[in-house]
Amino acid sequence: MRPALSLRLKQSSVLPGFGVTLGYTLLYLGLLVLLPLGALVVKASGIGIAGIAATATEPRVAAALKTSFGISLLAAGVASLFGLLTAWVLSRYDFPGRKLIDAIVDLPFALPTAVAGIALAALYAPNGWVGSLLEPLGLKVAYTPLGIFIALVFIGLPFAVRTVQPLIAEIEGELEEASATLGASRWRTLWSILLPPLLPGVLTGFALAFARAVGEYGSVIFIAGNLPYVSEIAPLLIVIKLSEYDYTGATVIATIMLAISFSVLLLINLLQAWSRRRFGHV
Amino acid sequence: MSDLSAALVLTDSPQQSVVTESKLIRRLAISIALVFLLLFLVLPLVVVFVEAFRRGLAGFLAAFQEADALAAIQLTLTVAAIAVPANLVFGLAASWAIAKFEFKGKSLLITLIDLPFSVSPVVSGLIYLLLFGAQGLFGPWLMAHGIKIAFALPGIVLATIFVTFPFVARQLIPLMQEQGTAEEEAALTLGASGWRTFLTVTLPNIKWGLLYGVLLCNARAMGEFGAVSVVSGHIRGLTNTIPLHVEILYNEYNFVAAFAVASLLASLALVTLALKSFLEWRHGADLAGGTHR
Amino acid sequence: MAPISPVAPIAEQGQAVDIRVAGVTKAFAGSAALHDIDLTVRPGELLALLGPSGSGKTTLLRIIAGLAQADRGQVFFGGLDATTFPVQKRQVGFVFQHYALFKHMSVADNIGYGLRVRERTNRPSKTEIRRRISELLDLVQLSGYENRFPAQLSGGQRQRVALARALAVEPRVLLLDEPFGALDAKVRKDLRAWLRDIHERTGKTTVFVTHDQDEALELADRVAVLNQGRLEQVGSPDEVQDHPATPFVMTFLGQAVRFSADIRDGRVLVNGKLVSVAAPRSTIGLASLYCRPWHLKPVQAGHGHHQGLITGVRRLGSMRRIEVTQADGTRLEIEAPLATNLRVGEEIGLDIQDGVIFREG
Repeated sequence: MRPALSLRLKQSSVLPGFGVTLGYTLLYLGLLVLLPLGALVVKASGIGIAGIAATATEPRVAAALKTSFGISLLAAGVASLFGLLTAWVLSRYDFPGRKLIDAIVDLPFALPTAVAGIALAALYAPNGWVGSLLEPLGLKVAYTPLGIFIALVFIGLPFAVRTVQPLIAEIEGELEEASATLGASRWRTLWSILLPPLLPGVLTGFALAFARAVGEYGSVIFIAGNLPYVSEIAPLLIVIKLSEYDYTGATVIATIMLAISFSVLLLINLLQAWSRRRFGHV
Repeated sequence: MSDLSAALVLTDSPQQSVVTESKLIRRLAISIALVFLLLFLVLPLVVVFVEAFRRGLAGFLAAFQEADALAAIQLTLTVAAIAVPANLVFGLAASWAIAKFEFKGKSLLITLIDLPFSVSPVVSGLIYLLLFGAQGLFGPWLMAHGIKIAFALPGIVLATIFVTFPFVARQLIPLMQEQGTAEEEAALTLGASGWRTFLTVTLPNIKWGLLYGVLLCNARAMGEFGAVSVVSGHIRGLTNTIPLHVEILYNEYNFVAAFAVASLLASLALVTLALKSFLEWRHGADLAGGTHR
Repeated sequence: MAPISPVAPIAEQGQAVDIRVAGVTKAFAGSAALHDIDLTVRPGELLALLGPSGSGKTTLLRIIAGLAQADRGQVFFGGLDATTFPVQKRQVGFVFQHYALFKHMSVADNIGYGLRVRERTNRPSKTEIRRRISELLDLVQLSGYENRFPAQLSGGQRQRVALARALAVEPRVLLLDEPFGALDAKVRKDLRAWLRDIHERTGKTTVFVTHDQDEALELADRVAVLNQGRLEQVGSPDEVQDHPATPFVMTFLGQAVRFSADIRDGRVLVNGKLVSVAAPRSTIGLASLYCRPWHLKPVQAGHGHHQGLITGVRRLGSMRRIEVTQADGTRLEIEAPLATNLRVGEEIGLDIQDGVIFREG
């Protein structure tokens, strides 16, 4: 009577609404996410590999991509390092204001990027609170690649903290006690017992922070100075190409960035699958 | 002699616990973390409010007496009022289908729902231009029929929906998966209709998670900059949202006004964080399954 | 009985109906499939669906309730074909394994839910609902708990609320999925007697699923034993224990030892020696003889049907369990009185005094 497929799907549950909700989900996803992304793919394939390579190797584009990826890697690394420290301090030590600090870690998620951008620019400008302290040391932050780095660390920090924190909370106290009873020093315990299970979290946090940093726009452009070949990031170059009605150029840069961020996404999924197998958690 | 040396070792650190670091290390770690967070998180937040009130309350209020500022606020509220409910309905539908039923390709679907998170905001704007812009796929047809999407409200709404797409769904899916289907089945055996079951059994169980997702979705919708910047066309008083208005003021060196308007968004962020923390503290168990991000 | 339309209200209050399952088949992707199940639950009966995990017992219960659909076959309530009825119209009281109480509702709201969600035309008045709730709380001995929330109750109390909630809609039949599965041993014992009592007072036709043979044998009027999606036997506790229909039923309902037997002219031989067990006339040749520990009597070494070495003597209540290791290394257990003089390390013979014969294969 009914087609075999719908019968199979129906059997798994008596709850109503599967067809409607799944149908709506697919329609909404298709129209609002997949169709527009498809438009990019269509446009990019119209340009062709040779065209993409030609645009990507234009000095200004190449410089922007290098700036974006290079500084993003660096910033994600620093964010991961400090994120691990912050997560450890927030989970393991008690000090006044801990809860408040814990809440504020999410600020870069909640604060609009443009607001973060002008705030960081004001802070690190030569006459800003922090910038004026660094100026005598000969350290210029705002309007240099260093400014981009600062903004990207800001953006990446919550990813780094929040991916590690639950893993620290999961560590059983007995592990440390066991290590101590077997004669290991505290440092030894930290290094060889506590850190390894946190590694997948740190790597996931790093990948997420990196993916976010590569695409970041609002918090960077105000502090970057946006000098071509020096402190111009790839997303900004897309905007510039668009304002020049160079849709092809914009599409090429976007395609490269998208390819990179999907690879990172894939990497994260593999990492988590590996971590689940290896450690039994994400 | 050996007894004595043993006693010496013990008294060396009488209360040293085996499961934490020495006091010195702890203090050092806390200090480094705090200085880092102060520099990177607290100061940027503080500077927004300080700069906003640099010319006192009058200077602050002046920023909101401008017609363009009011238009930007109105536009942002309008966009959020469309985008957030749209993603709310989608989130409910998607999480119901994914969490309560088994079907092939489920994990692929979840990955696709998460996709917008890994797309640069600028690219999110660009793809809508490629669809609806003058040179876009549907551009000529839209132009012929006098429909404006790019550089107009619909484009801004679409880009905002895209960047806030996963928030509600990804909050609800793990939550509903964890709760299983037994309560819904119980309601059905007791004679409740499907819709009634959803309203009286499912919804009360997910309400805090739902609120949490909506909060995050709303904060991002109101604050989105990159994607909206690309599709808006920056038409003052018409297609400028609050973040775009902040950019314009800042680029015109009207810093007080820029930070005054920005402080509005910063306050929204603070309220969001406060509510989020409150929800986690008060209803942590009912949010379980949800992840940060 | 008059047919009831799908929208009909509660029919024939207080009169128990039978449940008939005819040719129910369900092929699952994983385990718990069902193969052509025919089963009749008599009106007012308390029937246990007994089987190991993955035997399909819960699947069968969910098909009866309308929570799952069979690929083939029908379900009848009192002669009425309910196969196509959606779960809402089946009027079954279903008690879930983990109770599925609505966490955000008080005990009273949980119990009254099924009455409140009725269509206006046959929804009882508020006072009537309240009266019914307090009646049911009385029945399950939870008066005074109406304003508690599920999280504030013990496991046994939750179980009773779940039962009261299922009874509130005056169901045609009562279905319980592993009703005591999530409770500790002491509470299980108490609740068994109490469920039996409730069943007698309400007179509902009741089916419960369990993997615990003691629970099934102690509580049920009849036991239906399921294995790998097939019904092995349906019968009273005495029938399934004394006359198991298959080797599976024999071994699942208690400890059993298998011996190879040779059957000639209705006589049963083990290791060439006669056993005083009746064999079906039709059975000839090789067969299996299954024995309970008390079917085997220890005798002097060299006598009896089998030989072995005593490798363990343990006390079990008012008896001793003797572990005997046979020459091929397999172990079996027999029973002996407390004051037995059997000791570890002794060689003994085993005399088969009783058992059940199954055809080979």
